[in-house]
Parts: sequence; structure tokens; C-alpha cells
Amino acid sequence: MADKDKKEIDKISGVETTGHEWDGLKELNNPLPRWWVWVWLVCILWAVWYWVLYPAWPVPGGATEGTKGYTQFKELAQSQKEILARQQEYLDKFENASFDQIMNDQELYAFAMAGGASAFKDNCATCHGSGAEGSKGYPNLNDDDWLWGGKLSDIYYTIKYGIRSVDEQTRISQMPAFGKDGFLDRKEIDAVVSYVLALSGSVGDHGEVEDYSLGKKVFAQNCATCHGDNGQGNREFGAPNLSDKIWLYGGKREDIFYTVYNSRAGVMPTWKNRLDENTIKELAVYVHQLGGGEDENYDMSSQVDKEKVADDAKQEQPQSTKE
Amino acid sequence: MMPSKNNHKAQKNSLNSQDIQYFAKQERIYPKRVWGKYRKLKWLAMIITLGIYYLTPFLRWDRGPNAPDQAVLIDLKNAKAYWFWIEIWPQEVYILTGILILAAIGLFFITSLFGRVWCGYLCPQTVWTDLFVWVERIVQGDRNARKKLHNSKWTFDKIKKIFITHFIWLLIAWATAGSFVLYFNDAPTLVRSFIEFDVSPTVLAFMVGITFSTYLMAGFAREQVCTYMCPYARFQSAMFDKDTLIIGYDEKRGEPRGKHKKGDSWKNRGHCIDCTACVQVCPMGIDIRDGLQMECIACGLCIDACNNIMDKVDLPRGLIRYDTASHMAAEEKGGKEKFKFFRIRTLYYIAILSIVSLTMLYSLVTRSNLELHVLHDRNPIFVQLSNGDIRNGYVLKILNKTHDNRTYKISVSGIDNPKIDVKGAGKMNENKLYVPADSVGSYHIYVSANVKPSKRRDITFTLVDETGKLSSSYDSVFVTQKGK
Repeated sequence: MADKDKKEIDKISGVETTGHEWDGLKELNNPLPRWWVWVWLVCILWAVWYWVLYPAWPVPGGATEGTKGYTQFKELAQSQKEILARQQEYLDKFENASFDQIMNDQELYAFAMAGGASAFKDNCATCHGSGAEGSKGYPNLNDDDWLWGGKLSDIYYTIKYGIRSVDEQTRISQMPAFGKDGFLDRKEIDAVVSYVLALSGSVGDHGEVEDYSLGKKVFAQNCATCHGDNGQGNREFGAPNLSDKIWLYGGKREDIFYTVYNSRAGVMPTWKNRLDENTIKELAVYVHQLGGGEDENYDMSSQVDKEKVADDAKQEQPQSTKE
Repeated sequence: MMPSKNNHKAQKNSLNSQDIQYFAKQERIYPKRVWGKYRKLKWLAMIITLGIYYLTPFLRWDRGPNAPDQAVLIDLKNAKAYWFWIEIWPQEVYILTGILILAAIGLFFITSLFGRVWCGYLCPQTVWTDLFVWVERIVQGDRNARKKLHNSKWTFDKIKKIFITHFIWLLIAWATAGSFVLYFNDAPTLVRSFIEFDVSPTVLAFMVGITFSTYLMAGFAREQVCTYMCPYARFQSAMFDKDTLIIGYDEKRGEPRGKHKKGDSWKNRGHCIDCTACVQVCPMGIDIRDGLQMECIACGLCIDACNNIMDKVDLPRGLIRYDTASHMAAEEKGGKEKFKFFRIRTLYYIAILSIVSLTMLYSLVTRSNLELHVLHDRNPIFVQLSNGDIRNGYVLKILNKTHDNRTYKISVSGIDNPKIDVKGAGKMNENKLYVPADSVGSYHIYVSANVKPSKRRDITFTLVDETGKLSSSYDSVFVTQKGK
């Protein structure tokens, strides 16, 4: 220890040493400013104060509670409560609003779109894809082709009651399995497939010019009732339009053959027992706005009339510089 | 406190040993008044810097009816910054990066040439400390009077003087805080609301914080900031080389030092008369005769003090002077050494400064009042429509940096017969996209075209404003099949 009469000065650095020495290594004394020590002590006191206020020390069965009674679970519950309360303000208005009102009210529309987007990812994305892009057997909801109708009310009904679901009011139709059940023979099916391919402008896979007379006859007798004389479909039965370019189960010859032979019957569940009325409405708006929604006679000018928005903003903001 | 306890123990164990201090107490420094070239320079620097700081918020700059007329303003609410003719949006924060790079390299450059000029003359810590010391001197008197007052018993006179000093300090600190908030608000409006006692809690909170820190830093912490807190003070030494101007004591001429009476011979002794004038005026409380030190902020006041003394004893000035290490060494050998302005180090700095300035100049000169950004929809990346067309979705972000409401026309090139459909925007269409003044308009659009599936096509969006003068383009892609 410091048992020398004089302070020892290190030759190289010119700094005094503490007198501590380990195997010839000496410790230089560059003293810390005293105020720094005070800041350090105050920080320690600050930490002690935290022990009192907040949960800190582990004790059997948990931790010391702290006088504020704070926990992160409580904070979470509190924020959830606040969020729900904030949502409720909109929900009260939303609940009684018609689609027309929703589409023409900036706030309600934004609320529906946000709620719909989140509900879609939770409930619909499993089959329809996270971007609603669909896949074989699961319709793409972005396009302009609708089996049961693309108006807001149609979409709403489909979501609520489902397609071929267990609900009594479900949308339902059934195409016969023409091959499996022996309504048509293989030659007739081949002919009608060629004809259906031609309806949408696709040339048969073989490339040769085909004779459509048999196919046309078979189509008129068996298919036209639901799919229409020109294969334009019928939404009342959910009968697909066969003259467009969109094929739910694939547009190749073998896909269509399979459909005619075995029939298809996709199922969408009813959501009325899983989701509340508001969520279904939000989803309808969201799906409608994905790019294929029909009946766009909604004015939507409030969403959009940015001129008005801008003018409002200007009036609100003269030279408020209090911030 | 613990450390002193330890020391007492050590003292008991060995009564003869010196007390080793592990924690240094702040030594009170009473810089003496001095007059001379560098003091003048320091006053000038203080007047200019403080003048700029306190008055700038009141400068006006006309930008038309829809924009603020304050020359320098950081408008946090609307996320805009104004500097005379330059306006910065959050998207252009790279300009701030450029300014910071310029400031850093500029500091390196100046330091490598002239030493710690920033520390000595321009740093706010130095300037405000200088101002506070000046107040102290006006109220309490010069070095010795202040020292005496500090060590004297508490009398009414002492209380009065100390009170006045701190009161003026707080006033200055308050004004400093007041100026700070003016940079973020319309100055005349805010001043008026001060007079009417109608200031928002945010402004007040900022002011209390800045007042308190100014008072603390310039009134009490002073040289401790430079020595213990400031990183720049430390790393500026890394910019020094033997050709950097530093404040140096001419040891060869000065030593051996000793007291001198009038008429005594100057033979066989140095020119330093050990009057400690250089120590008394030093705001950092160091002795420059110990050589170049980390604490030295290169303010030059010791040069003034020493020169005044040299004049009195009829010796040439410059016993303490600004000089380079290489010049001093050469002189010692009887030679001469010129001040080298161009060195590899300074050339590096000049090169970096030029590149950064030119880049910034370029970006400011070519800055357009219209900017377009296009984001391709990610999911789905394309949609097959029933009539065989393929549709891609995009989000347009239109930055209208003018001070007027504008409408724009969007077009796309790179595919045949594209149909553009503006989604969910009522009356808006591709020929009329409305964006209010000084804001960003966001539109979701669909582009569809009758094309065969193939690899993605490069397309270009072009936006033209109603006057036809402003336009902006953005390259994007049109996707028609999965995968590349």
C-alpha cells in the first residue's frame, strides 16, 4: 500500500501511481472527477427507488410487487381495453350503417378496410391466400369473375352463409358427374370439352380443327340449362362463365374433362357462427375493394375528394404555432 | 464518501505518506481579465456566434402565401425544414447527413491546420462559459476579488453579489432556451404568446430543460465538460501532426525561469519571469509551460497575457505563441521551417470536403418540386382478368413540393395499350390526380393490358403536372406470370 514518503511518478506517462504494484506492474492514478462519483451514486439511489415502486426482487412464488402494483400483464389489459373502447366509437356507427353509407364515409370506409384486412388474414387467407390470390379450387378474389355475384350484398351473403355449407340458407348447386354416373359416354365428354374450350377462344390441345357439332349438341342438351346457351354462366346457380379466361379448376383439356366426368363441388363454410355481423360487413367491403368489386355506383367522393380535404385542412391550420 | 474514508485509513496506517486522491475535486478556476489580439478575436467570435444564434429565428424569407415566412425553421408538425431558399422534406434527410459529414470533415480540416480553433473560439460550451465568466467579473470583480469573495464569510454583500450573478446567469440561460424553441416555431407568434402567458407545456418543458442545462454547463461544469465529457476534445488530438498550429511555450527561450527585477541581467537565464500571468488567465486552469496538454482548448489567452508581460520587461513577444512543432524544432537548430498548408492529411480532407459539397450542391440544384415513387403490389403480383387481360396493381406516391394544390396526369410506357384505373378515388382518374400543396398524395392504380404471359416487362411511369412544366418518372415492372 501507500507506504512511501513521496508520491511516485511514472516515468513514461508522468502520472503519479497509486502505489499498488503487481509483479512490477504499477497502477497509474488518473483520478475520476468527484461529480462523476456523485452522478453514479444518484443513479444507484434511483435504482433503489425503482425497487420500491416496481416489481424487482424474486421471492418464492413471484417477485416483490412494488408500491405501484405495476405488471406488464396489467398494462397489456389496459391497452387492450383502451383499443376496444376506441373501436367501439366506430362500431356504434358502423353497426347500423348500410353499405352505401360505409362507402361514402371516409372514417367508416377506412375502419372497414382495416378491420377487413385483419379479419381476412385470420380467417380467409388459409384457403384464398394472404393476398386473396386464390389457387386451384379456391377463387382468386382480386379478379372480376364472380361465381355468385360481386356486389357488396352478394359477397356479404356468401361470407355469411357460405357455399354448400351446413347452413340452411347456404348458396348451393350441384353439377352432375356426367361420366361417373353414366349420363354421357367418353366420346361425348371429349366432344363437349372441345366445344367448351372453343367457347373461351382456346384452341384444342391437339391443334387440329375439330368438328364441334357433337359437342355443341351435347352442350345444348346437358349444360346450357345452367351455364347458358353460350356458356356465359348463371350466378343464380353459381354456374361458372365458361366463355371467359378464368378457370377455377384449370383450363387444360384434362382439367375440364375431369370436371365434366366427376363434377366439382367446392365448399366454403358459413361464417355467421364464427364471426360477428360487423366483421362480416368489414370483410365484404375489403373483398369488394380488392379490385373486382361490382356495382361501383358508390360516389366515394368523401374518401377521395382530396380537394375538400385539403381545404378543410387549410381552414383548421391558420398559424397555430403553439407546439 | 467512501473514497475519503479509505484515504483516512491510509493516512492512519502511514502518517507520513501523502494522501492519494482517487477522486479529483473540481478546482475552482477564476480566469483573470486579459486584453490582446486573441481576446479581441474571442469577443468578436462570441458576438458573431451569439448574434447568429439569438437573431436568426427573427429573419423572414418570403415563400408565398402557403408556406411559412421564417428564414430558418424546423416545422416538426408538418415535417418540413426551411433554410432560406432551401426546403427539406423528411425524404431528403440525406441532406442532413451531408451537413453532418461536412461539419465533421470541416472540423478535422481546420483542426489539422490550426489546432483546436473550434474549442477555443466557437464551441457553445466555450462561448457560453466565456459569457458567464464575464457576468461573474462584472458583478463580483476580477480574479482576486472573486477568489476573496468566495472564501469570505457570508455577508449581505456576498449574498447580494452571488444572487445577482446567478440571476443574470439564469436570465441568459432562459434567453438561450427561448431562442432554441423559436427555431421550431414561428418566432413572432411564439414571442407574442410568451407575452400573453399562453405557451404550450411542450415548449415550456423544453425551455426548462435547456435553461437548466445551460445554467449548469456554463455556470458550474465549465472546463469539466471539455476535460471529462467531450469526445471531440479528445479525438481532435488525433488530427494533430508536427505541422499543426498549437499553442506552445518556447522552452529554449524561457528556461531556466525565475523572478526578475528591473535592471537585472538577462544573461544565463531564461526569459520566463515566472509571473504566472499565463496560468491566471487560463479558463482551463492549466499551466501552458508544461507543454501541450489535453485540457488546452487553444483559446490563446495565455499568449495575450504573456505578450503584455514581455512588453513590460522590454523583451520580444512570442515566448508563448501559436506555432507548429516542426517550426519550433527547426528554430531550435537555427533553421527555418515554413508553415505547410498542403499536406497529405489536409489534401485528403480537401478532397472529401469537395466531393461531399459538390454532391450536395448537385442534389440541391437538381431538386424537383415533384417526385414520383411507384410501389408494385406484392400480393398478388398479377391478376388474370376474365377477358384475358392481365392486371398489375401499383401504389403511386406523389410528392407535391410546391406551395399550390396541383393535379397530375399519369401515363405508362413499355406495354401496348395499357388501361389505367385509379382505384377507390371517386372523381379522380389517370388524367386528374389531385395532390394538395406541400403534401404526399397516395393513389392505388391498376394497369391492365392484353399481353401474353412471358417474363416481366420493364415499364416506366411518367407523371406530368397540369402546367406541363414539372414531370417525374419512375421505372417499374409489369408481371404476367409466376416466377421470372
